[in-house]
Amino acid sequence: MSPTVTTSSEANNNVSAATARAAAKAAGAAAQNTDMTGPQTITLAKALNTAMADAMHADPSVLVFGEDVGMLGGVFRITDGLTETFGQTRCFDTPLAESGIVGMAVGMAMNGMRPVIEMQFDAFAYPAFEQIVSHVAKMHNRTKGAVKLPMVIRVPYAGGIGGVEHHCDSSEAYYAHTAGLKVFTPATVADGYRMLREAIDSDDPVMFMEPKKLYWSKDQVDLAALRAEHAANTERGTSSEGRAAVARPGTDATLIAYGPSIPTALAAAAAAAEEGRSLEVIDVRSIVPFDDETVCASVRKTGRAVVIAEAHGFASVASEIVARVQERCFHHLAAPIRRVTGFDVPYPAPKLEHYYLPGVDRILDAVDDLQWED
Amino acid sequence: MTISADHTAQEPATKDAQEPAAKETASQPAGQQAGSQDPASEAVRKFGITAEDYMLPARHPIQMVGPDGTLNPHTEQGTQPGHEYGLPSDAELLAAYEQLVVGRRVNDQNSALVRQGRMAVYPSSHGQEACQVAAALCLAEGDWLFPTYRDSVAVMARGVDPVQTMTLFRGDWHGGYDPTEHKVGIQCTPLTTQLLHGVGVAHAAKLRGEDTVVLAMCGDGATSEGDFHEALNFAAVFHLPVVFFVQNNQYAISVPLAHQSVAPSLAHKAVGYGMAGERVDGNDVVALLAVLGRAVKLAREGSGPLLVEAHTYRMQAHTNADDATRYRQDSEVAQWVAKDPLSRTQTYLTGRGLLDDDAADRIAGKAEAVATQLRDGLGEDVPVDPQDLFNHVFSTPTQQLKEQSAMLADELARDAASTATEAGK
Repeated sequence: MSPTVTTSSEANNNVSAATARAAAKAAGAAAQNTDMTGPQTITLAKALNTAMADAMHADPSVLVFGEDVGMLGGVFRITDGLTETFGQTRCFDTPLAESGIVGMAVGMAMNGMRPVIEMQFDAFAYPAFEQIVSHVAKMHNRTKGAVKLPMVIRVPYAGGIGGVEHHCDSSEAYYAHTAGLKVFTPATVADGYRMLREAIDSDDPVMFMEPKKLYWSKDQVDLAALRAEHAANTERGTSSEGRAAVARPGTDATLIAYGPSIPTALAAAAAAAEEGRSLEVIDVRSIVPFDDETVCASVRKTGRAVVIAEAHGFASVASEIVARVQERCFHHLAAPIRRVTGFDVPYPAPKLEHYYLPGVDRILDAVDDLQWED
Repeated sequence: MTISADHTAQEPATKDAQEPAAKETASQPAGQQAGSQDPASEAVRKFGITAEDYMLPARHPIQMVGPDGTLNPHTEQGTQPGHEYGLPSDAELLAAYEQLVVGRRVNDQNSALVRQGRMAVYPSSHGQEACQVAAALCLAEGDWLFPTYRDSVAVMARGVDPVQTMTLFRGDWHGGYDPTEHKVGIQCTPLTTQLLHGVGVAHAAKLRGEDTVVLAMCGDGATSEGDFHEALNFAAVFHLPVVFFVQNNQYAISVPLAHQSVAPSLAHKAVGYGMAGERVDGNDVVALLAVLGRAVKLAREGSGPLLVEAHTYRMQAHTNADDATRYRQDSEVAQWVAKDPLSRTQTYLTGRGLLDDDAADRIAGKAEAVATQLRDGLGEDVPVDPQDLFNHVFSTPTQQLKEQSAMLADELARDAASTATEAGK
């Protein structure tokens, strides 16, 4: 599935083609590997890869490291070609130790670098939990801003790939619950580029949660326009950071989702449309900071909402979204907000995961429950 | 030689044999492992000893000045080929003695301030001042120190303001100084996580071609932590100029070293990472200056990381909240009183004619001035700003934090208003 999504930021940053090219030129947009202009069909993986390459061209302090990210290009090939292009000082393999990777990145960020590090899989990031929670998240606060940690921790996350245990966790709530971390999760190819550039630009640490089942999803994007948008945003000091997007406009109910659940939510909305029900799909994009404004504007308009996420529902990001929307939109609600999430069980084995994952039917059942008869 | 120093497997594999060699050379990392930097063959070349003899600590801990304050004969200092140490200069020794006296005064003043309720807690390095002082003085300007929570004396000896250093223990904030100003990592209580930060700082400096050395400190108990292993391994693999300095003060709160490790010594752990280890009398500031000074020099010259273990003793309880009589005998403590780092240095320097009454008075005056600074600074109630809760979580506060900040401001305004109303009645 390759949804074409218009994000609010694209609407906001309606840079004309001429301005775009001028800005790209002015900014010296330097990426070598994808210098075609005009729309082209690429994968999310390629968009992420291009974002890193462009950031590395633009800023020599941007470094990429982790396990197998060097000559192999990462187990998902997201760092493909970076070592060849930038050499082993800029993109390199580390010993196999996640706490070491994150802890070393903290020190490098303290000393003038902008590390972009890869945790190979969601569950493999847990050995780094202490470094992330006790230092990455807290250093800025501890030092009253004297030490900034401009670092990005890329986490391929969530399931739907038939992976064995420890390869499919939705770990976003652990990070979202930790004060001091930004948590981004792109769902579209364009956002893969746009949001990773913004994460690398951020002076605060970002947990960059990449829905691994969408790595090979394709979409038509104009990389030159995305580069120009980034350059223009940099110049203006604006960005799409922290903004949710309307992935599909609708009027009857709002589906609030993020990352791997966006294509599922869009499929559910398409199916509902055939039954005459107009569902709006909101792509959260940034879990922290959270865009209450965009989410609540949609729910106030439709009066009904379902929150969709792969992670276990209990004490989850989905729970937080329900609570926030209920607090802010109570008098606009025609029905209690429903959640469609993973069950509160360990992520299942490959042959069982389709029972666990939120699917179109389960979403439509939840929508049907939104007290339409009243 | 049984230690393999064959790093060829780590050479970058060229995907395409036609790949221009010049590109590989141009991109050859300063910070990457390469056969030419193999510390074993370097040791063989430099010191004429085997790799084992370079990496394994000398057979005995290095001690230059014994507990009675007399200089050991050269043959009884524990040195051996490849592990040889020169006597520090008179100026270095005097500077170290001054810091020892200041450090002891700081420790005892801070413990008193805790008893008086001016500070929440103070992990004292009483008895470990020689390690504290040597750790700070062995570094050059521009080098970084990564301390633990017990290393406040070392932090101050690097130039950090004493009252700012105590902010953490006073409870005003989690840290009181800017780590980048004096290149001193911020003290905090997780164990060995800061070693990896030191590794990262060294790595960044090396990639930029700077000759920064990092000295990263931890205790004996901390060597059981996973990050100890990861930090040493990363530093060795990336061949970074980091000196890991373990103060083995015999206890991790109540647990003695025998329950942490059965390695021949903590310094022996170095060999497992392919780095050199050394043991030193941690109450002999002369030996510490020599051993750490050489380690810093070797690291700066490109020998990669080193591990130094200092044998010392935590003379007091872990903190004021701890009761050391529950797990150790007074007789054991008494044995270490006789090994005190201050008295032996004083005896030694006086005997050498380096320390006369005038110098002793001047140093005592300096220590008293720092103690006064601590008493005055910590005696003063500095108002805290409740809005600081929100001000530093991110570079720019999120909308959610702005809302919570406004809520707290409103609560406080209403409290103030009702207090004013009460007062007006």
